[in-house]
Amino acid sequence: MASRTAGHLNGATPVLTAHEVRRAFGPTVVLAGVDLTISRGEVVALLGGSGSGKSTLLRILAGLDGEASGETVVHGTAAVVFQEHRLLPWKRMADNVGLGLSGTDTAGRIHRALAEVGLAERHRAWPAELSGGQAQRVAVARALVREPDLLLLDEPFGALDALTRLRMQVLLRRLRAEHGFAALLVTHDVEEALLLADRILLLDAGRIAADLPVDLSPTRTPDDPAFGALRRHLLDRLGVPTT
Amino acid sequence: MSRTTLAEPLTEVAAAAPVVPRRQRSARRWRRLVSPVVLVLGWELAARTGLLAPEKLPAPSDVLAAGWRLARDGTLAIHLLDSLTRAGAGLLIGGLLALVLGTAAGLLRLGDDLVDPPVQMARMLPHLGLVPLLIIWVGIGEPLKISLVALGAFFPIYFNTYAGIRDIDERLVEAARTCGLGQAARLRHVVLPGALPALFLGLRLAIGAAWLSLVVGEQVNAQTGIGFLMMEAREFSQTEVVVLGLLVYALLGLISDLALRVLERRMLTWRRGLRAT
Repeated sequence: MASRTAGHLNGATPVLTAHEVRRAFGPTVVLAGVDLTISRGEVVALLGGSGSGKSTLLRILAGLDGEASGETVVHGTAAVVFQEHRLLPWKRMADNVGLGLSGTDTAGRIHRALAEVGLAERHRAWPAELSGGQAQRVAVARALVREPDLLLLDEPFGALDALTRLRMQVLLRRLRAEHGFAALLVTHDVEEALLLADRILLLDAGRIAADLPVDLSPTRTPDDPAFGALRRHLLDRLGVPTT
Repeated sequence: MSRTTLAEPLTEVAAAAPVVPRRQRSARRWRRLVSPVVLVLGWELAARTGLLAPEKLPAPSDVLAAGWRLARDGTLAIHLLDSLTRAGAGLLIGGLLALVLGTAAGLLRLGDDLVDPPVQMARMLPHLGLVPLLIIWVGIGEPLKISLVALGAFFPIYFNTYAGIRDIDERLVEAARTCGLGQAARLRHVVLPGALPALFLGLRLAIGAAWLSLVVGEQVNAQTGIGFLMMEAREFSQTEVVVLGLLVYALLGLISDLALRVLERRMLTWRRGLRAT
């Protein structure tokens, strides 16, 4: 906790820097030199059409892709939330959240993390007994319990129904306000990006095609006229007709 | 303590299953008992009335009486113990070897390339057909019986270990990596529990194969064991003892399967949730 607060105050060092990241699958070049910097406590959304390489970039940043070239440095710790919850079916909730966790008072930390996502009383449940939204909340708790400086979110709410997705977005906003973590949010949902991010990156043809700050109030809603204007602009850049 | 651990799953099952289908299920279970009981009664009746010649097939009550007689004078226990020892030793040897090789082939590319091809080829050999060759190699004594059982147990455990490891969801391994788990911790928390259901399946098939191998092996020059008991009884035309031997083999299979199922249910509690959804 203390280290993150300190890091938050000294906003000069970025939490993530990536330079000239390239990745090709056979002859297909997916990432053709991506440069990316995320400041401490900053939430950046990475938007792009399907197949634009968003998830590939996130996997590289998470250290899950050994065949990419370029340089990526995470100053601090990172945790990942995937599109699927990826909980181990043979571990109860508390054990899933505490997977690989070390240090003092792990039980208390696990309990607090589950409480933060509103599932403290389900700590003995098996993953198969939870709904999709609940399981994804546990996956968020599993990432949060590590008190990461950077949260890598790979379409974390993409597999959820529309109502659950809205609730999860509110939850993420609240957690971010409390913990002040930086995040890279990969999504194809323009509204989600606008609701959650401080800055939006557009990935196109393997490069960052646009870098747009989101100058909206922290309690933004889609009803905001500025929100609508940005939304139209982004959809336009993504090649989606809005009229 | 044992009472509380036993009571827990029971209440959970009761809570999960609605009442009416359960009553129907128990009624069905009773109905399924009808035809076996009728068959045994018919067999008894046919034997008693002389419809079945006693030297061809004695009455079930005579078989039970023979069992009681052999159990009381200790003969049955001696032969049973010898059969069980052979099965246990063979299972242990074949099973451990299969576990080691299956793990090597499942986890390591080198292991897969070196181990899997010969095992796949050897699988095509019916292992019971190896008896003549095995007699030449290890003689007709105990080693023959134990090697037969070990061979029978090897293949199901090898293939299920291999498949169990290969079928583990790569995405779970990845998630464990992002949680900071190293190689050894991933083996312990992801690979082993993930492969466990397949391992249990392999073990069940292996035990079935072990009993079958034992039946064949014990008919080759055995001095003890259930198979010997049957062969000896055949020479003295004690058909009831032959049938008794069959019954014992069947019971051994049944009991081992039940025990394994109980163990499986305890160790794979998490799958109950899967089945419910």
